[in-house]
Amino acid sequence: MPVPPDNTMCLGIPGRVLETYREHDVLMARVQFGGVAKRVCLEHVPEVQPGEFVLVHVGFALSRIDEAEAARVFAFLRELNQLGELEDPPP
Amino acid sequence: MKYVDEYRDQSSAETLVAAIARAATRPWTIMEVCGGQTHTIVKYGIDRLLPENVELVHGPGCPVCVTPLETIDKAHAIASRADVTFCSFGDMLRVPGSRGDLLELKSQGADIRVVYSPLDAVNLAASLPHRKVVFFAIGFETTSPPNAMAAWLARKRDLNNFSMLVSHVLVPPMMTAMLEAPDNRVQGFLGPGHVCTVMGIREYEPIAERFSVPIVVSGFEPLDLLEGILRTVNCLEEERSGVENPYARAVRPDGNPASRKLIDEVFEVCDRKWRGIGEIPGSGLRLRDDYRDFDAERIFEVEGIAMSESAACISGQILKGLKKPHHCPAFGKECTPDSPLGATMVSTEGACAAYFAYGRHLETKRTASPEYVELGRIACKV
Repeated sequence: MPVPPDNTMCLGIPGRVLETYREHDVLMARVQFGGVAKRVCLEHVPEVQPGEFVLVHVGFALSRIDEAEAARVFAFLRELNQLGELEDPPP
Repeated sequence: MKYVDEYRDQSSAETLVAAIARAATRPWTIMEVCGGQTHTIVKYGIDRLLPENVELVHGPGCPVCVTPLETIDKAHAIASRADVTFCSFGDMLRVPGSRGDLLELKSQGADIRVVYSPLDAVNLAASLPHRKVVFFAIGFETTSPPNAMAAWLARKRDLNNFSMLVSHVLVPPMMTAMLEAPDNRVQGFLGPGHVCTVMGIREYEPIAERFSVPIVVSGFEPLDLLEGILRTVNCLEEERSGVENPYARAVRPDGNPASRKLIDEVFEVCDRKWRGIGEIPGSGLRLRDDYRDFDAERIFEVEGIAMSESAACISGQILKGLKKPHHCPAFGKECTPDSPLGATMVSTEGACAAYFAYGRHLETKRTASPEYVELGRIACKV
């Protein structure tokens, strides 16, 4: 059996929840990663709705990706760019 | 937004690299704790984009690498049994033990299967009621919720043919041991982002305070790591310690409380030996007595055979951040990912395997992978 490319320790991959269902009384979901959909256990992030992103590790969702926090680094980058321009004025 | 490509943008990386170069006025040594972070750093050549006074050292955060030899031998002994179907994550199969590796054993006919998730091993046990299905449960805190869930589910589903060989490790005791070592060089840490999705950031606060170090919880994409490095350098320059969490899109301060509760229900803290490093008190997890029926070590009563590691291998010093892979005379010669001599060459997250995968054993100067060449232009412009 080939080793799936994402079968690496501690790697968490963001994927989009397509639909949720229950199996053996555990909350599960089909989650899309690029073009591939996989079965993922959603038991520890039960608040997640279809369309939202979760961070998945070995078939298990560890956390919900926070959209507002995800954009924060880009605001930080804009600040840095402005700072950079102040410190190094263009010739 | 897919939360991947956006964090690999070149011009944003360029901005962060320039900011790091402006910020660093003195020499600083920063350790990235996690093997996945090491992989990204070497893949994108991030260490080489940094100014010369900012050095990254690669931490022991690769659970495959640090799983002790005795445990590999126990896995080998259990997987050899005719009545056992042994399940493991793929990267454990090539880890060398005293009696060879699991892949070799599989080629000799043992029933060894690679699973994507521990929950797949539970389903396999349900579908093979006449086989004893054993899952090799290794990992850091990131992997402990899915592994705990496997034991919990197996009990709930009354699967008495499922068990786990557990060798879990914990990050904070390892960081403490590293900072206590007399030869420690590390002044700041990029904290393990995915471990913190589970455990949160609180347990790092006493470490930051006791050793006066900054710990900046970082993600795994190039921009995450560059931002983490910039924030760590800023802290060091301003002589600030403490914990920062720029990876807040995935990490809440309290982690995932449901996961922490389940881990506590299934596992308990124990002392653990780390391959290449030695025993670290309170640095492991094992199954609680309540889950003893699922403990493969009790069920199969296997003894590990301790043998000495290859004399040429310096992986112990690499895991402690004292040496780099290219300092080893065997690196890329006798020791390659196809025939690894030691822990750090085995898994894709090991520092030696990452250096090898991105061609650093072939280099004479600063030329490397295509990713490096592309990002390397940024370094020239700074």
